[in-house]
Amino acid sequence: MRQDLLKTLRGVFTMKTMISARLTLLLLAVVLVVSACGGGGGNTETGGTSGGNTETTTTPNNGEAKTDPPKPVELLNVSYDPTRELYVEFNEAFAKHWKEETGQTVTINQSHGGSGKQGRSVIDGLKADVVTLALGYDIDAITEPGLIEPDWQSQFENNSSPYTSTIVFLVRSGNPKGIKDWDDLIKPDVEVITPNPKTSGGARWNYLAAWGYALKHNNNDEAKAEEFVSALFKNVPVLDSGARGSTTTFVERKIGDVLLAWENEALLSLDEFGEGEFEIVTPSLSILAEPPVAIVDKVVDDRGTREVAEAYLQYLYTEEGQDIAGKHYYRPTLPAIAEKYKDQYEQIELLTINDDFGGWQTAQEKHFSDGGTFDKIYIPGS
Amino acid sequence: MAGVVTAHLSRDPELRPRHRNEPRWVQWLLIGLALLFMLLIVALPLVSIFIEAFKRGVDVYVASITESDALSALRLTLLAAVISVPINTLFGIAAAWAISKFRFRGKQFLVTLIDLPFAVSPVIAGLIFVLLFGAQGFFGPWLDDRNIQIIFALPGIVLATAFVTFPFVARELIPLMQAQGPHEEEAAVTLGAKGWQIFWRVTLPNIKWGLLYGMILCNARAMGEFGAVSVVSGHIRGQTNTLPLHVEILYNEYQFSASFAVASLLVLLAVFTLIMKSFIEWKSHRETAKEAH
Repeated sequence: MRQDLLKTLRGVFTMKTMISARLTLLLLAVVLVVSACGGGGGNTETGGTSGGNTETTTTPNNGEAKTDPPKPVELLNVSYDPTRELYVEFNEAFAKHWKEETGQTVTINQSHGGSGKQGRSVIDGLKADVVTLALGYDIDAITEPGLIEPDWQSQFENNSSPYTSTIVFLVRSGNPKGIKDWDDLIKPDVEVITPNPKTSGGARWNYLAAWGYALKHNNNDEAKAEEFVSALFKNVPVLDSGARGSTTTFVERKIGDVLLAWENEALLSLDEFGEGEFEIVTPSLSILAEPPVAIVDKVVDDRGTREVAEAYLQYLYTEEGQDIAGKHYYRPTLPAIAEKYKDQYEQIELLTINDDFGGWQTAQEKHFSDGGTFDKIYIPGS
Repeated sequence: MAGVVTAHLSRDPELRPRHRNEPRWVQWLLIGLALLFMLLIVALPLVSIFIEAFKRGVDVYVASITESDALSALRLTLLAAVISVPINTLFGIAAAWAISKFRFRGKQFLVTLIDLPFAVSPVIAGLIFVLLFGAQGFFGPWLDDRNIQIIFALPGIVLATAFVTFPFVARELIPLMQAQGPHEEEAAVTLGAKGWQIFWRVTLPNIKWGLLYGMILCNARAMGEFGAVSVVSGHIRGQTNTLPLHVEILYNEYQFSASFAVASLLVLLAVFTLIMKSFIEWKSHRETAKEAH
């Protein structure tokens, strides 16, 4: 087609090419106008908000005495995978509460993904005002470049974990493989779905729960525990980067016999797909998962959002916040609300990260850092 | 591609070389196979997108594509495309011009460099920008002091999109302009034309169809890019989610109909692009045919 073009365009400066040149110009102009419109569209929006901002900043200057409503504020909550639905509802509740309390409009933006990945994004410059991740280590990692104060975990109650959860099994209806406990996961014909412990917080809780179970049943023999998790991960056909990815792999793509899942994630998928399709199996032993929250000090200080960010996280501990957590199948920590939701959960013997694994720093280094036990036991494709 | 002369076979079998005259059933078999294959890997998935999208009714469909996060994703996708396409167009023309009309050292190296974004995985392309402009990156502290946000904001998304779609226009124009050679421009100079005059009146009319074709391919890719943009986006809903990322989010939130509805928007954008492309091909054919006579 183009070599024909060549032939025909030999005549220089003919009327026709002049016209086509104009046509080309016109088309280029259209593209530019469209881009200007698009840009303009974006601009009017930002221009609109910034215009709004200047207005609100000038109005208080003109009439300070009249106590105009404070200018709207935005928060960014960078969270882990399964909290999507929880924070949609909680953000609405908090925005309403904050408006009543201060008259200020607050918009909370959400970002979700595997906990480790999300922490990494914040380190790389994602301007989160607050982080609500799956485990303490991912927040510890953000303290290293100085974005969060090292003593963050003592800033809020319960080690800064407003709600807790645990790890359970989700199996297909009727439990065709007869999975009852961790032992059953290492049987050769069982396919296990879990996310990647390198990027997902839930997966690290899964891994540690399995490790803890193996230790307990082998008189604390570490070599046996390593063998156990090694056998377990041999049964894992796909490692997604986050918990929600694994859930869709198991639930939607119908891969695997058992999903190692956050308790809240498992209960949610029963809700979404009806009780008929899946069943929850509670193992004899699991781990107390404490997903913590923290203020990103550097960001809130730069933006001047500390006050509202602290109120936001504090609100998770109030009755309303706890109730929303319970509604979304997290285990509330406030006794009154915990009592209300207690029938939702099975009683399980729970290991804790501090008592049984020496805290997250130790556990992370031993198991999940480069060269840790996970690197030793997991060989992709084997 | 351009510059390669393809032999046109006559429609009349009698006039065609013997070895190119397959029996009728072979022709039908081949055509049938090609059609079947197209049906299986192109048509069926496309149709299934629309079936899934309308599964829960038109109301859900309309609601999910007019929902504010979806609209802002659409706006961001279009914005990223309309910024990166003109940039890459300007660059593509400049590069193709330099490469095809002038002789200089390192020309081959430049050509290779232009092709690089095709060879690099999009995820790596995204990571490059995180390493350069991320808070821990090369320019991170400098940018942070000046309060400039590149990664996890519009500039990063545009950069990633522009990087991935970088070669389309240049790749389309270089062979075309090389085949044309510098003769017409030289003739224009001897007739007394000045630089811009030559560009607007000689070069641009010669390359316009190739240029538009390249821009359209560039645009199609820019709107559909997932990997590179996913790395630099930060996934803030309503702010840094493009359409492809929004589809993934909805899918992961069990909103399957909504996610397919948004996916169908992308399909429609692609279909529109294809129509534009066919129109341009048809137009350029017609024009060449006209001028040939």
